[in-house]
Amino acid sequence: MEETLQTIQSIPLEHYIWFCATLFVIGVIGVLIRRNAIIILMSVELMLNAVNLLLAAFSVHHGDPSGQVFVFFIMAVAAAEVAVGLAIIVMIYRNTGSVDINIMNKLKW
Amino acid sequence: MLTQSLFYFLSFLAVFSALAVIIAKNPVHSVLYLVLTFFAITGHYILLNAQFLAIVNVIVYAGAIMVLFLFVLMLLNLNAETEPQKPLYIKLAGVISGGLLLLVLIGALKTVDLPAGVTTNEPGIGLVENLGMVLFNEFLLPFELASVLLLTAMVGSVLIGRKEA
Repeated sequence: MEETLQTIQSIPLEHYIWFCATLFVIGVIGVLIRRNAIIILMSVELMLNAVNLLLAAFSVHHGDPSGQVFVFFIMAVAAAEVAVGLAIIVMIYRNTGSVDINIMNKLKW
Repeated sequence: MLTQSLFYFLSFLAVFSALAVIIAKNPVHSVLYLVLTFFAITGHYILLNAQFLAIVNVIVYAGAIMVLFLFVLMLLNLNAETEPQKPLYIKLAGVISGGLLLLVLIGALKTVDLPAGVTTNEPGIGLVENLGMVLFNEFLLPFELASVLLLTAMVGSVLIGRKEA
């Protein structure tokens, strides 16, 4: 158990923050530059995973298991979100024959 | 020493494949690169001794969710030819605003005082036993709500996806 502690301590928390920030920003850029609705959903997954990893890192470094429970809940919500989102995308594809977000502007006023 | 080089290798792998996800023209390649990213993140969880999260990440994300994505891509028969593209200047604007967001994040977090090192002497908090105790003692109500949420999502997506809706 001692060496596990040392292993975890050997990587500073800052490095996790930089890494997760980079991953999150890559997800944001993916949402901004792609027009395929499925790829946009995948970029959202990327952002969720960056935040998950940061929550887990903070939880481990502070010795508080609540953070990892939160990660578990985020995963459950993400699974539900993906199921409903993909169902909606399949229906849009059936009605319009495309997954281009530029034609999904019917909710614009 | 080995841990650190493993950390940097996994970080590099995750960032590289995440970039490949948003750059790849073929959506199927994007899904496969995203699976690679998830495996790198699973490696990070193992490095953090969060074994429960590592297993759940492989099963739920790399297993279930990515299969769902791949299934929908195959169902809709999307490939590189049908891929809609944004004009170059919008892509450039997206990359620039994303870079600015990264700058803001780094600038905001650079001055934060992080507590040095681990404040506990209990590295086993990520094991299934401990997490189960926390989950079923403190977080029992959210846990049950999550199960209701999953049921609702399942019923909802079946209703949405029905052919003769």
